[in-house]
Amino acid sequence: MLRYILTRLGHTVLVIFGISIVSFIFLHLSGDPVGLILPQDATLEQIAALRKKMLLDDPIYLQYFRFLTSALQGDLGRSIYSHQPVVGMILERMPATLELAFAALAIALAVAIPAGVLSAVKRGTWIDTISMSLALIGLSMPHFWLGIMFIMVFSVQLGWLPTSGRGTFLQLIMPSLALGVSLIALFARLTRSAMLEVLGQDYVRTARAKGLSDFSVIGKHALRNALIPLVTVIGMEFGFLLGGAVIIETVFAWPGVGRLIVQSILDRDYPVVQAAVMMLAIVFVTVNFVVDLLYVWLDPNINIDGSAA
Amino acid sequence: MTLSSGLVPDPGPKAKATLAGSGPLASLVRELLLSRSAVIGGTVLMLVILACFVAPHLWGLAPNDTDLMTRFLPPVWSEGGRWSHPLGTDNLGRDVLARILAGGQVSLLVAVCTVLVAVSVGMVLGTLAGYYGGRVDSLIMRVGDLFLAYPFMLLTISVIAILGPSLPILILVLALADWVTYARTVRGSVLSVKQREYVVAAHSIGTRDGDILRHHVLPNVLSPVLVLGTVRAANYIVWESGLSFLGMGVPPPTPTWGMMLSEGRDFILDAWWLATLPGIAIMLTILSLNLLGDGLRDALDPRLKGNRR
Repeated sequence: MLRYILTRLGHTVLVIFGISIVSFIFLHLSGDPVGLILPQDATLEQIAALRKKMLLDDPIYLQYFRFLTSALQGDLGRSIYSHQPVVGMILERMPATLELAFAALAIALAVAIPAGVLSAVKRGTWIDTISMSLALIGLSMPHFWLGIMFIMVFSVQLGWLPTSGRGTFLQLIMPSLALGVSLIALFARLTRSAMLEVLGQDYVRTARAKGLSDFSVIGKHALRNALIPLVTVIGMEFGFLLGGAVIIETVFAWPGVGRLIVQSILDRDYPVVQAAVMMLAIVFVTVNFVVDLLYVWLDPNINIDGSAA
Repeated sequence: MTLSSGLVPDPGPKAKATLAGSGPLASLVRELLLSRSAVIGGTVLMLVILACFVAPHLWGLAPNDTDLMTRFLPPVWSEGGRWSHPLGTDNLGRDVLARILAGGQVSLLVAVCTVLVAVSVGMVLGTLAGYYGGRVDSLIMRVGDLFLAYPFMLLTISVIAILGPSLPILILVLALADWVTYARTVRGSVLSVKQREYVVAAHSIGTRDGDILRHHVLPNVLSPVLVLGTVRAANYIVWESGLSFLGMGVPPPTPTWGMMLSEGRDFILDAWWLATLPGIAIMLTILSLNLLGDGLRDALDPRLKGNRR
């Protein structure tokens, strides 16, 4: 068990290391910082002086090494515009993005698991047909369009919910729901098929034969096993949540990292863009690490020699 | 790999199909026609394709023709709508129907091209990884892990922020971000096919790798890739519209669904149809692809079929 955790941890660190290389390359490709800092009419001497000062003439691996050492010390450079350290700018907005992502995930799970279980148990009935049709439609709606539709109906027409901003619970409802709908659909379909598979297993039949109530068979024996495939998907889909947040935050003027990324791209503030993307990727990798541990805890039968991956 | 004596090489899927009296494609089509979701999805998708690529030639209006006399004309079923603009006009008096159809061309083009590029890269790398194993395998899969470590949307945004938006870049970036999905599936199929007796036998009689791959491995890999490509194409359309929505897709004046949504968002108070209708177009297209994907999966994977109904 400990060996598995350590292997996974090592793997995670390796991937984060890879992410840092990719981020560095992106930053390097995004253009010469000297050109962005100095005015248009700067002389060649001024350019050369600044390049020297910023150590841009060093070999690339040395520049990467410096990037990595300062990154490890929590320094990812400064914004070209505001000259603030980018790490501070991002950390300030990270809670908003995580709040949105986790709220969407919570909504998705809270709706999808009961719906999926119900569909599986009542397989072939109108309940199954309706919930699976809804799931298919939900899966087909782009979340940002859904967000706009929510604003149109619930804010503009009905005046029930605020159109934008963050702070109150009411402001969280529409963005997290818009972001969560396609996950509801995906998770419900997955829960249903996993549940159907489990319900056909011998141990479920045995539990039934023992005379256990439906509730206990489904709740205790079947659900726990049906949830295992769901857990892995949650890890993968967290990436969708973080990426989707970029657009949803723009739609709802949600003050998170995603909106910062979009704004910084418009401003050509590349250090902010690359650092923000890098930090979100690290969040994503970390979440997946945690999910993997959860997976082992849920399913004691899994091969944890490390060879499974 | 060891070989026990007395193996009879499997005739392969090709020969089996001829025994059944038809090509594999014909039997696939026959399977698909039995699946309700595939028939509905396929029909709707055909209609969408026809509408986008044929109708604009019959329909007189160009997507970028402005007419300031007929701005904000509502759809024909609303009060004040006219048959000359069945889906109304936007803030510049441009015909919404013409723009939606033109936007559909972009979305479909992006989806098809991305699938082609991503499948090609994924097939080659996945086959190499699965067939040769060892160091080639771990190198390709570790690089793949790195791609998977990035939330898809963020990876694409990152690259487009540097390179600037354009149609070819959009396709390449989407394919670059998603080749791993195909590579993993292909690798998995190759690994399982590699163990089959007829492949082992072919190996033992000295068949060249290229021939084994072509005759025995490729046919087995194609169907999961076909299913995957159909389902992923739906995702590419969502991402393409998401990026266009943020102003990072195909640049104007080419109309795209995402851009129309973003423009329509400014007018949700006065002109509901501008942000609503392009979203419905996206939804319909994605729904049809999802349905077709479901049908394909059922037709190609008999093991899963039992789970339905």
